Amino acid sequence: MGNVIGIGASPKRKEDQRFLTGRGNYVSDIKRPGMTAGAFVRSPHGHAILRGIDKAAALAAPGVIAVLTGDDVKADGLGSLPCGWGISDAKGVPMKEPPFPMLAQGKVRFVGDMVAFVIAETPEQANAAAELLTVEYEVLPSVVGVLEAVRPGAPQLFDDVPNNICCDWELGDKAAVEAAFRKAAHVAKLSLVNNRLIGNPMEPRAAIAEYEPGTDRFTLWTTSQFPHVVRFLMGALVLNIPQHKLRVVAPDVGGGFGVKQFHYGEEAVITWAAKRVMRPIKWVASRSEGYVSDRHGRDHVTEAELALDETGKFLAFRVNTLANMGGYLSTFGPNIPTNLYGPLLGGVYTTPAIYCNVKVVFTNTVPVDAYRGAGRPEATFVLERIVDVAASEMGIDRVEIRRRNMIPKEAYPYQTPVLVQYDSGDPMGCLDGALVAADVKNFGIRKSESARIGKFRGLGYSTYVEACGLAPSRFAGRLGARGGLYESATVRVHPTGQVTVMIGTHNHGQGHETTFAQIVSEKLGVSFENVDIVYGDTDRVQFGMGTYGSRSLVVGGAALSKATDKVVAKGKKIAAHLLEAAEMDIQFEAGKFSVAGTDRMKTFEEIAGAAYVPHDYPLEVLEPGLEEQAYYDPVNFTYPGGCHIAEVEVDPETGTVTLVNYTAVDDVGTVINPMIVEGQLHGGIVQGVGQALFENAVYDEGSGQLLSGSLMDYCMPRADHMPMMTVATHSTLCTHTPMGVKGCGEVGTIGSPAAVINAVVDALSHLGVTHVDMPATPNRIWRLLQNASLPVAAE
Amino acid sequence: MKPFAYHQPDQIPDAAKLLASIEDSKLVAGGMTLIPTLKQRLASPVALVDLSKLGNLKGITDDGATITIGAMTPHAVVAASKLVQAKIPGLAALASMIGDPAVRSRGTIGGSVANNDPAADYPAGVLGLGATIVTSTREIAADKFFRGLFETSLETSEIITAIRFPVPLKAGYAKFKAPASRYALVGVFVAKFADGVRVAVTGAGSGVFRVPPMEAALSQNFHPSAIAAIKIDTDGLTSDIHAEADYRAHLVTVMAKRAVDAALS
Repeated sequence: MGNVIGIGASPKRKEDQRFLTGRGNYVSDIKRPGMTAGAFVRSPHGHAILRGIDKAAALAAPGVIAVLTGDDVKADGLGSLPCGWGISDAKGVPMKEPPFPMLAQGKVRFVGDMVAFVIAETPEQANAAAELLTVEYEVLPSVVGVLEAVRPGAPQLFDDVPNNICCDWELGDKAAVEAAFRKAAHVAKLSLVNNRLIGNPMEPRAAIAEYEPGTDRFTLWTTSQFPHVVRFLMGALVLNIPQHKLRVVAPDVGGGFGVKQFHYGEEAVITWAAKRVMRPIKWVASRSEGYVSDRHGRDHVTEAELALDETGKFLAFRVNTLANMGGYLSTFGPNIPTNLYGPLLGGVYTTPAIYCNVKVVFTNTVPVDAYRGAGRPEATFVLERIVDVAASEMGIDRVEIRRRNMIPKEAYPYQTPVLVQYDSGDPMGCLDGALVAADVKNFGIRKSESARIGKFRGLGYSTYVEACGLAPSRFAGRLGARGGLYESATVRVHPTGQVTVMIGTHNHGQGHETTFAQIVSEKLGVSFENVDIVYGDTDRVQFGMGTYGSRSLVVGGAALSKATDKVVAKGKKIAAHLLEAAEMDIQFEAGKFSVAGTDRMKTFEEIAGAAYVPHDYPLEVLEPGLEEQAYYDPVNFTYPGGCHIAEVEVDPETGTVTLVNYTAVDDVGTVINPMIVEGQLHGGIVQGVGQALFENAVYDEGSGQLLSGSLMDYCMPRADHMPMMTVATHSTLCTHTPMGVKGCGEVGTIGSPAAVINAVVDALSHLGVTHVDMPATPNRIWRLLQNASLPVAAE
Repeated sequence: MKPFAYHQPDQIPDAAKLLASIEDSKLVAGGMTLIPTLKQRLASPVALVDLSKLGNLKGITDDGATITIGAMTPHAVVAASKLVQAKIPGLAALASMIGDPAVRSRGTIGGSVANNDPAADYPAGVLGLGATIVTSTREIAADKFFRGLFETSLETSEIITAIRFPVPLKAGYAKFKAPASRYALVGVFVAKFADGVRVAVTGAGSGVFRVPPMEAALSQNFHPSAIAAIKIDTDGLTSDIHAEADYRAHLVTVMAKRAVDAALS
């Protein structure tokens, strides 16, 4: 055996060598012979009737090869962009699902909606010609906010979607909740907004499409988190390309955060156009284009009520939410504010009755879909905020009220009233650990030190749980999923004992090439450097559902674990033959097959060699070769969670909130690579802090213009916004995943917004402030302080 | 980016001649505003006249009662200049707060002043110190130079060659950064001279402006408490998604106090 680097070790990430030395291979790095350039013409209006498009000037421009519009799509009889989830209302009536044409037909419904595609010899020529296209719009009033969209008389996006309501969804026992509210000693109420976010992965979206007439095959290179799903959705449902004639490649991808886990119209248009012009076409989005076309996240308006008895025990929780879908249904759109939101409203508490109503609403904005956390940060924010409100109103300490309602460790598995059953967890243990790590007992001293220099200091808690490892297919199917959510892995052992893994997840920052190699190294006893992980190519990888929902390790890693077990099982058969022993007497440990109780053994490399040179081999009962494949469909979600504690300082003179301490103690199950987990936590927390303090996608009501349409106006969190973070794990093992893993990709983003805002409210509570909407910008805080009509000392 | 002609003259008169003779031509100094605008296809000049090869436009000289900074001097050089730090530390501090390290290495004082972005930092320093803008044809007092939103009194073919700053008794700059862009949401420069105090505000309105009531109060008593009660009228102040006019007005007072603090420290 060589250099085994297994579970629990923190080797440097294999992939970083090429990324840090500029040798990555991103879509925009790829050049194909005869490649042309494409540019999309996008609607400058939020809502308008398309009266006509005059292609003449654009077609006459230098270098232009073709100009395609919605009429061309229609003439070719192509499909609408599909939605992967079909939800229903309480009566079982399916959601309204209007068509989402890949190029607009008849109407445009958001600024950025695609109107035409221009193909030219160079990107400059394509962009110049795109400006020459004459599009006649009859501009209609736009509606961008959910409250405005459901009001009588609001502009209607679709003729057959009254009041712009896609679905009036509900979950839980409404009558039981009403009964509990009637006997409540106290009812806490909270109205809040969950701000709209733009994902901003470092690499903008891009695609190259090519058609080979000799083989009648298409290849699409795209910045995707799930190439196999794009092949299915686009090939089978939009362009009518047989699956075996379509290759989708997602090479190195520079961050996703959910933004790249949808099938986008650009992918379908460019693939369709490549055959029409018989030349490869490349399109690379500009950052500005990304702002008006990358799917946005969050955007809820919510009313919540928590019923409590006189001791502060939660009796029932009622949540009414309006969720923005934007102008059309994106791939996972309607699933996010419903199935990934309602079932999380139990949190880590024993609340016996929960009811949730979500009105899913169309508006003249970019379609809204999953963004890191997807539904679960929204649920956590509602719940963790209202727990603080209830504690404050009832005069109970915020930690104490959480303890009184927390699910005790010994109560797991725990069935919630909102579908999900938590297999394992120890929220009290995470809370206790975080209280110590955050030095909460000395917070009073720090608060008075801040007060001495005229600053208000606050502490905020978020004790949360999330559902990840998406997803058990049977369960998801009952909730409206139109596809499966398993994962697959192939372990190919070469004759010399090195290993190539083909896996259906996609690595775009997560460090899969390292983590998965550690699993193989540990389980097969092979050198870490002798394992390569292949992903992101439908011609090389058997199948896969991709990476999102903290699923890669939980679902993909489980498939990989199963496949390695199969390799070991076959290896034992080969070893039994070579060592002339019974198969049941063969042991495999540390890369060696041995006969129990003897010193007779064969190395893993020897067994691999025998499998491919089967001169002495049980050919009658065993096939040559050493390559195994496994599919894994999880039996349940996994439920990572933990306790986050934020500490902020507010400058009352300017309203500036500074995050001064951040502590996270999380239960993510088994940790394969502690360094990577820590990095995931750091990144996730920063994104959550971004939502809490800085990020906000703002549209102008009426015109539908995106006012925060660039990095000049949309504030991303920066390194100097963050203090050093204290990140630790307090793990219980998942009872149903092969290695006890729970996933960690989204926990940081899910736990943090509530912790930060609870800290801001705590800092200002002595002024009568009970809630602060996100983002807690200086302008917003200053205005709250003005409205609190408590004069701020001006020296 | 759309195609354009590119000229790199090595004499100021040649540059001026190119500007005069080519309609829709533009000067490029550090290009920190112009190049992104070209890349976004928001501007399409016929020709760019690059100032980088012109001699004598870079560097900082000590003239005793004044300091002269060449138009092509990058912000990072001003920020790090021992001379500026010693004579007008508030101006060195201002330069150190512009943009990010890349912008400070490329961006120039002449480019910033000529562009007169309503949220740029240098206009506050230039107006606050009552500097003189030296051009290819004349000298212009700061009070006569800035004309509101991206407008100045420069003629079409006139080129800024240097900015001459009088050395104050004390000066300070305080900037409240816009959260996303890190331009000045409000920036205030205060400078105390033997004959009085000047206060210049950037970011708050459509262009840099002075605040006479604060100047009068600080001339009497150069201390933050002297202006704590002076409120700025919201008329003419900017409201946008980051800050409404009343918040900007409030910040002018807060930043003015902090600028005085900085000048005194």
